[in-house]
Amino acid sequence: MIVTTTMERLQVLMRLCSALAIATLVALSTPVLAQSEPASATFEQLVNEVAQGSLSKRVDTVAAIAALKHERSADILQALQDGNLKVTRDDSERVVIETADNQILDAQTSEPITGTDLGRLKRIPIHNKLRSQLHTLLAQLNLSHPNDEVRLSAVTRLITDGGDEQTATLLNELKSDEQNSRVREAMDTAIALYQLESENATERLAAVKQLRGSLIPEVRGPLQERADYDSDKDVRIEAQRALDSIEGRLKMFRLGENVFFGLSLGSVFLLSAIGLAITFGVMGVINMAHGELMMIGAYTTWVIQQVFPNQIEYSLFMAIPAAFVVAGLVGIAIERGVIQFLYGRPLETLLATFGISLILQQAARSIFSPLNRAVSLPEWMSGSLQINPAFSITFNRLYILLFGLMVFFALLAILKKTSLGLKVRAVSQNRPMARAVGVRASWVDALTFGLGSGIAGIAGVALSQLTNVGPNLGQAYIIDSFMVVVFGGVGNLWGTLVGAMGLGIVNKFLEPYAGAVLAKVLILVLLILFIQKKPKGLFPQKGRAAAD
Amino acid sequence: MKLKSIAKKIGVLGSACTLALASLTASAQEEDTIKVGVLHSLSGTMAISETTLKDTMLMLIEEQNKKGGLLGKKLEPVVVDPASNWPLFAEKTRELLSQEKVDAIFGCWTSVSRKSVLPVVEELNGLLFYPVQYEGEESSRNVFYTGAAPNQQAIPAVDYLMNEMDVKRWVLAGTDYVYPRTTNKILEAYLKSKGVAEADIMINYTPFGHSDWQNIVADIKRFGSQGKKTAVVSTINGDANVPFYRELGNQGLSAEDIPVVAFSVGEEELSGIDTKPLVGHMAAWNYFMSVDTDVNSAFIDKWLEFIGDEKRVTNDPMEAHYIGFNMWVKAVEKAGTTDADAVIDAIVGVKVPNLTGGTSEMLPNHHITKPVLIGEIQEDGQFLTVWETDGLVPGDAWSDYLEGSKDLKSDWPGLKCGNYNTKTKKCVGATE
Repeated sequence: MIVTTTMERLQVLMRLCSALAIATLVALSTPVLAQSEPASATFEQLVNEVAQGSLSKRVDTVAAIAALKHERSADILQALQDGNLKVTRDDSERVVIETADNQILDAQTSEPITGTDLGRLKRIPIHNKLRSQLHTLLAQLNLSHPNDEVRLSAVTRLITDGGDEQTATLLNELKSDEQNSRVREAMDTAIALYQLESENATERLAAVKQLRGSLIPEVRGPLQERADYDSDKDVRIEAQRALDSIEGRLKMFRLGENVFFGLSLGSVFLLSAIGLAITFGVMGVINMAHGELMMIGAYTTWVIQQVFPNQIEYSLFMAIPAAFVVAGLVGIAIERGVIQFLYGRPLETLLATFGISLILQQAARSIFSPLNRAVSLPEWMSGSLQINPAFSITFNRLYILLFGLMVFFALLAILKKTSLGLKVRAVSQNRPMARAVGVRASWVDALTFGLGSGIAGIAGVALSQLTNVGPNLGQAYIIDSFMVVVFGGVGNLWGTLVGAMGLGIVNKFLEPYAGAVLAKVLILVLLILFIQKKPKGLFPQKGRAAAD
Repeated sequence: MKLKSIAKKIGVLGSACTLALASLTASAQEEDTIKVGVLHSLSGTMAISETTLKDTMLMLIEEQNKKGGLLGKKLEPVVVDPASNWPLFAEKTRELLSQEKVDAIFGCWTSVSRKSVLPVVEELNGLLFYPVQYEGEESSRNVFYTGAAPNQQAIPAVDYLMNEMDVKRWVLAGTDYVYPRTTNKILEAYLKSKGVAEADIMINYTPFGHSDWQNIVADIKRFGSQGKKTAVVSTINGDANVPFYRELGNQGLSAEDIPVVAFSVGEEELSGIDTKPLVGHMAAWNYFMSVDTDVNSAFIDKWLEFIGDEKRVTNDPMEAHYIGFNMWVKAVEKAGTTDADAVIDAIVGVKVPNLTGGTSEMLPNHHITKPVLIGEIQEDGQFLTVWETDGLVPGDAWSDYLEGSKDLKSDWPGLKCGNYNTKTKKCVGATE
């Protein structure tokens, strides 16, 4: 979102600039034009050189363009950074800017090029060194940009780069005119960071006080240096105090971050286990092909994106019902084809469904190739919600957490409020009695299994946003799913919810101390111990149904 | 009951099939073909990487046959499927060598599959060409390592980061198995020898297929925000990379802040990823599809034509097979026979062109010389070469940075030994 809006603003800006340029051309008299001639000639030369020579030579060219402070320097650099600066493939190597709405502008004059066919354009490639240099240069050029966000990111960049006296003075000047409080705050931090190095102890002390409580990561290093080595005792004490206050706040946010990570892992557990909670928990079928049903859901997402390549933003909304239907139908086919003959024989069911899982995996390899498929992330799923410099929540995790809870409550509603749910519960509690009152048990079995499988398909859609879409997707989640259902208590949806979230949080709190590998082992050991103590899980089913 | 009889029928049918097939191949292979074994998983978890190499081999063999074969005979590929199952690799190797009587085997991907094949190849005196970058610390008389040893990939990559990018803090992140562990051990020793402090190295291992990178990435972010330039050296294995890079992107860590240089991510892996969040992250290889040479574009054209899909890519292990196959062909021509002992003697010193415009040579330690390239991932899933070594780097079987390994030397033609200890002047003996 942010990217597109900045792009749009940039375009508007670019258009304004070009309009201005034309206006000046018309308004100004020739002698003035002639005066500015040599400078603009070099500018044009430099623009042409951007596309030529080695990468390290281009670093110099870019620096020269910025140093010219030409009115269009910022545009060129911005376009280069965004990958919009392109070059024709013919010998003329004409440098052009391709805007987001596919308009081609001449890079030197920013006039739109129409009529002539330029052929396929080649993007001018940049590497990290250039990219970082562009960032810095653009930050300096953008300090008085009309857009608040652009100014803010420019100042933030200056904080990262560390400023010199010149920038500090410049920032001081700009600060007095600055209207936006966030930008002003960032400027204060940048100036304070510079003043930390001041000769004057009082100035240093003021700077330390200014930086107190700031969560920007770049602040800590210099403050630590002051606290350890400053010649003035007051500054040392004050710096240490500032650091302590920062540490305290960081610890709090770290805790919050860990809880969120745990909940988010829990939501993935929940999504993958919830379908199994139906098939295994309610029906008692050990379905080893559950993971492959998720895989089917994930592949459905990919197919949808292939069929509607221009609708990536909405593809997930289409994929959810599609995946539910496809995986549900496959589930019903599995139930009718295999499982219905094996009720009451859990070992055979386990073997048969394991075989099905292998068949489905190899089928995916044969149909879609063994290579992973690239599922695109919609724009709204990328990036993170920046609460402060030390704490941010990634959007994809946040949405999946919400989505998992939505699916959970929807399923709960289906089981509690609909007639299908009533029948499912009746059959699972007492099959002969349910049949005696006129419930078609076999039909209910098929639908229940289909429901569980369909939900696995939906989970697959969510997983496609987190991990690889390939034939092995299911295998990675099957163990976790069983773990959650058994831990939560077979046959209890609430148990699945609590189990998933609990395991997620425990996992994330163990990981920093034990490492990812050991954390997984520890969780399994803890689970085994727990099952020894409470064989029926967190929330065992009570009453008659629990007897068998 | 029903099931049983069905199973029986399938069994009968299966054995009938194998018999028929065996007789078919037996009749097809008269004395005038040279058999080449292709040992790559076509099913199971590793099929994702290895299927392509099987196709590459088939293409190379077809090419050679078009040129008139070898020693006046046609080459005949024998493809088997070890199904990503390590013990099965050994069984299939035995089958290839003792039943099919192949003259050379091109195969394996994971180190564990190579280790499983190694004793069989040595026992039956076969030839194995191994095309994947690996952890080193091995040299067998019967194995030719055409992928990169650590000094042909990991060490130059670290040098680049240290010298060109001024990286001061290091995260060594890997999947928990032998290749990352050994590589990281070597890198850690190397970094320390360059004066990097213990506190500036963070080592992290994750299980295979790890998909929840949230707090590891958050840790890396914290580790990298201490004011010194930080880089991640990743030996994370294939499948876990997608969620890793996604998490990096989502938590706002760009390649500019903390670049990740990977040793297991190539064009093929990138073709299954949405590459937007990866732009600027790096990989170190001995070949990139984007390398602009005539041999390379000819190779790419041939490959696309052979596979019949314009979207397919080429990658580093494919080039390794290309080099290995051509070396074997040259050695056989030089020896005038496909006999294993003669080829082993003849192949050392053989030089063939690689795809990056140089000439690779088989060294006495059964490794080859290769250039090292550092590339940055571009939006189209290709690499932009940002740095390369001046010349070719000779592969080193035994790392100079590990205790116990730095004194070892491998020289098959001269010393007839793969792990000669230069201090005790003794050959340690059979590897592993």
